[in-house]
Amino acid sequence: MTIDKITNEAPGVKTFKLKFQNEEEANAFNFKAGQFGEYSAFGEGESTFCIASSPTRKGYIECTFRETGKVTSGLADLEEGSTMGFRGPFGNTFPMDEWKGKSLVFIAGGIALPPMRCVIQNALDLRENFKDITIVYGAKSVNDLVYKDELKEWADRPDVNLVTTVDPGGETPDWKGEIGFVPSIVDKTAPSPENTIAIVCGPPIMIKFTFPVLEKLGFKDDQIYTTLENRMKCGVGKCGRCNVGKLYVCKDGPVFSKEQLNNIPAEEY
Amino acid sequence: MDKLREKAAALLADGTVTMVLGYEEGTNKPRPVFCHTAEQASKLVYSSQCINNLAVYLTKKEIMGTGKVAIIATIPTLRSILQLSVENQLNEDNLVVITVMDKDEVKQFANFAEIEAYIADFQLKLDGKEQEIINKLEGMSREERFKFWMEEMSHCFKCYACRAACPLCYCTKCIVEENRPQWINPWAAPLANMEWQINRAMHMAGRCTGCGACGDACPVGIPIHLLTRKMMEDLAPEFGFTPGQPSKNGNALSTWKADDKENFIR
Amino acid sequence: METKYISKNGLNEWFSQIVKSGKRVYAPVEERGKVEFKKVQALSEVAEEYIQTTQSIKSAVFPRAEVLFSYEKENGQVKVDDFNPDTVKETVLWKVHPCDAAGFKPLTAIFNWDYTDKLYNAHLEKTTLVTFSCAKADKSCFCTSVNGGPGNTTGSDVLLTMLPDGGAIVEILTPKGEALVQLAASAFEKDKGEDKSKYLADVPLTFDLEEVRARLATAFDSPVWKEQSERCIGCGACAFVCPTCACFDIQEDAHGSKGKRIRCWDSCGFSLFTLHTSGHNPRAVQSQRWRQRILHKFSYMPDRLSVFGCTGCGRCSRACPVDMNILEHITSISKK
Repeated sequence: MTIDKITNEAPGVKTFKLKFQNEEEANAFNFKAGQFGEYSAFGEGESTFCIASSPTRKGYIECTFRETGKVTSGLADLEEGSTMGFRGPFGNTFPMDEWKGKSLVFIAGGIALPPMRCVIQNALDLRENFKDITIVYGAKSVNDLVYKDELKEWADRPDVNLVTTVDPGGETPDWKGEIGFVPSIVDKTAPSPENTIAIVCGPPIMIKFTFPVLEKLGFKDDQIYTTLENRMKCGVGKCGRCNVGKLYVCKDGPVFSKEQLNNIPAEEY
Repeated sequence: MDKLREKAAALLADGTVTMVLGYEEGTNKPRPVFCHTAEQASKLVYSSQCINNLAVYLTKKEIMGTGKVAIIATIPTLRSILQLSVENQLNEDNLVVITVMDKDEVKQFANFAEIEAYIADFQLKLDGKEQEIINKLEGMSREERFKFWMEEMSHCFKCYACRAACPLCYCTKCIVEENRPQWINPWAAPLANMEWQINRAMHMAGRCTGCGACGDACPVGIPIHLLTRKMMEDLAPEFGFTPGQPSKNGNALSTWKADDKENFIR
Repeated sequence: METKYISKNGLNEWFSQIVKSGKRVYAPVEERGKVEFKKVQALSEVAEEYIQTTQSIKSAVFPRAEVLFSYEKENGQVKVDDFNPDTVKETVLWKVHPCDAAGFKPLTAIFNWDYTDKLYNAHLEKTTLVTFSCAKADKSCFCTSVNGGPGNTTGSDVLLTMLPDGGAIVEILTPKGEALVQLAASAFEKDKGEDKSKYLADVPLTFDLEEVRARLATAFDSPVWKEQSERCIGCGACAFVCPTCACFDIQEDAHGSKGKRIRCWDSCGFSLFTLHTSGHNPRAVQSQRWRQRILHKFSYMPDRLSVFGCTGCGRCSRACPVDMNILEHITSISKK
């Protein structure tokens, strides 16, 4: 695919807008929110990222990644107009059809907003299908927040309740958002569990402390969804790396409800 | 065997150690065993058939735990213990070292210095078949030797049993697991395998104690221990250490001194 | 499915016709003190007295390293050259054992469930298995305990059972097997009515497979994993010699602007197998990795793919430097 646009989101974090190199492929390509791809930096290897844009927006896909290792560093070196590889879409999807008519609460931390952005954008593009939409998003500091322009868009919408927060010490003098860790801000925001689905994504420690808050607020396990990160290579259930119990995160996931997570050994992911 | 089992049971029963690391009967030959209770000590055996080098477990924190541990050591294992000690990988206070001598006599070493004195009497030797291969190699030209090892390397499939069995391969991240940069290609192919083995031999230079565990572990029968062994014997006169004895002057390839005669490092 | 008889001379004739046809023939050859599969041209090269080869023959359909595609970069653009199935050569695997042939069943299941693997299938399509029944077994063999047997036909195209006269009972099992037989049709004679079971090794049943599977379903938190894996040194010998292990890694062989993407063998027993780039490792200790190996073969695979991941060949036990005898471990679990 061709890198159409590169956005520097935060220190070490970039978003690539990718376009297909021929029209046939562009027309044939279809995916649903929640799916991921294997992105190639030719000469370095492949890395797994979710598709961070919504399927309602045709003709391109986006991915957001942090420069962490060999492949992501190779990707970070690429310029607009150059070619990189993409295999996908893989994995299962957020069951958005089942969620029609419900309220949605999105809870994300740091670099975990990208896997949620696809479903947030998807929900906003089909806004009439859902009741209340709340987004709680936090990062270590103001600088680490991703999709800064889009956050402004979401904040300006009257039909979205956006709550942004930074970790204590990460605020700037003119910061007008919340200050506190995401789980405590979720507690403060206190979204109602009535006919609501909560989608949570973040570092393991954030998830560990957010689940009890949601439980306290009255959310049942089948009302909570997350998307798992795991070491993946082939993306198609063959190489064995993402095998967690009987499941393959690349095929049976990465989207799981908390109910499903309760059935797989927690230490394995 | 009784004296050994009694000794191990006693150490466990009175709480001197939390675990005794030794050998038990295996399918075809003795294999490592970890005794956590006095009853389990009755499984212990000791014979010339005990060829696994148990020192490999001494650097595994998940096995060793935090208490004091006893190890039933063969002569090759004793050599590895001394080398590990020289490399600051062992805490002498947390280790009870025992060996079994003729007529099942059990000897518990008071300290590492005693081990050093003890093994000085035991010569490092190769068996007939191995000596034959070494002699053959010594008679070859450089090209012939390379051809010999490349032929052996075509069989290697990078299972890393050699690395896993070696007590001195205790790096938490091996060089083959490093990908920035990818020093060594991770797939199995004759040249990629050769790169790995040459690298391992270099990292063993001046450290290998000639226990042969790598060669014994290789599932496809590559006499890889002869490569590190030959390296050891070639280096010994140059760097001033005795094969099989701990290298007190530091490791051949990783010890730098201000008065080294080569000055390219300055 | 047809049964015939072939004499000693007939076997020689058939073998030479197979070689003449241009197909590559891999057979067990004794070399360097081990018996391994190698390309052969004559029946005389084939090993006679041995129980089992050290490595399996899964490399015929799942090579230890293979090129997925090659690429060339120029001015920011990339040209990709995909794997070409036409480059796969016709291959005959001669004198595999029933446990090896049976191993192709879980391999095919792994490489074909949901997404079909182009490379594996391209290799398999051009591979014919000529299996020989086992007249001898050793104490590491346990095929009978895992739905197998010394004269089993699963996965084979032709099964030969050797007879005292140097000839063999020939069971032609698939169209591929029939096509291979046709290369020397006159070498085969009418079935002499010999009873195959008279010439098979005795492999006693040691555990009840379904009993093991049932126990494993609730054994995740059992202390047995730490107990059994204490001596495991974390190498990949067991996974690599196993006929059904198929976990792989994908790596880049980059040389400036050109390169290849390579698929190579990997093992869930290695400490870095599940390591995340963040540094989090879900299976950080060996006992967790040992548990994964056993549960995957004896619990997850039958649940997911309806096939067990073990054929009882015993190679892992023989290859293991510290005698992690899988038969011993499974039998112990079945009795707990």
